[in-house]
Amino acid sequence: MAAVITTPRQKTGWGTANFVVIALALIPVLWMVSLSFKTPTAVLDPSFIPKSWTWSNYTQILKTSQFIRPLINSIGIGLISTFIAVALASMAAYAVARLAFPGKGVLIGMSLLIAVFPQIALITPMFSIERSLHLFNTWPGLVIPYVAFGLPLGIYTLSAFFREIPWELEKAAKVDGATPLQAFMKVIAPLAAPGMVTTAILVFLFCWNEFLFAISFTSTTASRTAPASIAYFSGSSQFTVPTGPIAAAAVVITIPIIIFVVFFQRRIVSGLTSGAVKG
Amino acid sequence: MSLSAQVAAGSEATQEASGKRKAPLSEGARAERRLGWMLCAPAVIVMIAVTAYPVGYAIYLSLQRDNLELPNAVKFIGLSNYAAVLSSPFWWQALKVTVIITVFSVAITLVLGMLLAMLMHRTLFGRNTVRTAALIPYGIVTVAAAYGWQYAWTPNEGYLSAAFGNSAPLTSEVPAIAVIILAEIWKTTPFMALLLLAGLSLVPEDLQKAAKVDGATAWQRFTRITLPLMKPAILVALLFRTLDSFRIFDNIYILTAGANGTGSVSVLGYDNLFNALNLGIGSTISILIFICVAIIAFAFIKGFGTAAPGTDIGKR
Repeated sequence: MAAVITTPRQKTGWGTANFVVIALALIPVLWMVSLSFKTPTAVLDPSFIPKSWTWSNYTQILKTSQFIRPLINSIGIGLISTFIAVALASMAAYAVARLAFPGKGVLIGMSLLIAVFPQIALITPMFSIERSLHLFNTWPGLVIPYVAFGLPLGIYTLSAFFREIPWELEKAAKVDGATPLQAFMKVIAPLAAPGMVTTAILVFLFCWNEFLFAISFTSTTASRTAPASIAYFSGSSQFTVPTGPIAAAAVVITIPIIIFVVFFQRRIVSGLTSGAVKG
Repeated sequence: MSLSAQVAAGSEATQEASGKRKAPLSEGARAERRLGWMLCAPAVIVMIAVTAYPVGYAIYLSLQRDNLELPNAVKFIGLSNYAAVLSSPFWWQALKVTVIITVFSVAITLVLGMLLAMLMHRTLFGRNTVRTAALIPYGIVTVAAAYGWQYAWTPNEGYLSAAFGNSAPLTSEVPAIAVIILAEIWKTTPFMALLLLAGLSLVPEDLQKAAKVDGATAWQRFTRITLPLMKPAILVALLFRTLDSFRIFDNIYILTAGANGTGSVSVLGYDNLFNALNLGIGSTISILIFICVAIIAFAFIKGFGTAAPGTDIGKR
């Protein structure tokens, strides 16, 4: 990179391209922020920047359990699902990356199948199964499908990371008398920690984002997650569309994403590029 | 657990010490094999429990008349549900909309994603800023973004509607589908770009330089060197994006709720369960979507020779 000689024209060209990408990525987000600060009457004003600013949309959503409870559900369900998915995926990914055993191809094929699985195909049967198992409208009712769909992502990303870890260390541990399990717990797991953090972020983003299961397998705020709850917002009267509160809620659930992205940009990029395509 | 493992390791060690060369090796291989299965088992069980079992159950339900509003009328009716769905104009309309959205959004996303990938790969400065900005659409909750697009295109409220003469694109079929495609493109281009970026970083820099020295133009270098070398990555990205786009639900649910003939097959399946409460027809639609996805995946893998990601792991 250092050897490349840059002309001012090239600089302007790349600079313009950078600017266009950043603008296209941010304008829709800034629009949501702008909407969330508009007063209910000023919503009927298509200007991009609010003429009068108000916090009332935020206070309105944050003082009712209609949004706070789903927010807690989202965080709880997301964290539990992520923890379980990363734990199970790291076990499987270690086996895939390090051990020789028949059926490995089947596992990989199955993960691929689930990664592209049409979730809607599960809605009807899962709805029926969850109702008979009393899992409908509970946290586990969402955690279980989230773990299942987080697993393929986890297995791909983690097995890519595990393959980067030097074999010799594990062999050395085994020579020193460690069992394969000990070699995993004491040697590989600490080295794999960065990969596990990356995977956890990706799985959490998936859970945080998920909408179809969230509206299908819940019926009240007891387990409805934040994205699903926004779709059920009602206005202050039945004739007002709750644009402001919806925008405020959308901004609230977007903030964690922006924090993740800003702090873990490198990890997210490396996770997505290493895991998804090594074919 | 670890104690018994240690004991097992101890007995292996004594066997090794007793000089039997072959037996301990196969014993070790067998232990490795057992450990491999043990480590994979929990993941496999969860994945089967959540997908294979419900799909099997959906096949069973699809052969029944099962409407939650008529609990006493449950009856085995063979393939009648399939006949009902396949002869319904709603199914074909939804399939048409889904295919249109998939083809347009994936094609445009591929081009834009390639441009974005090259920018993320080559830009001279601000690379991290660009990557961070590009990740925001990828990470953002689809529903939140979809509301943003919905309000932006609402007459008298939205800046985009105002910019296009106070238009109301979401109220008629073709413009509404265009807005849905736009929302899909905005959301998924970064993911496409990241998948392509992985392929782009595999193109050797020396080859590019050599071609440049030989007088190849930028376009020639792109079409003759970059594209052929990236073909596997492009096909995998296309496969992922096509199958992902085919199951589109969130954007349509928020933007139009499937009104004016804009519903995808996923929206149709959802409506049949939660508005019509028809488990039999809902399951039939589920199975038909599953078959469509299988056909697309098969076409990509057999037809275009897309390497399934992870197959290289399998060879190890």
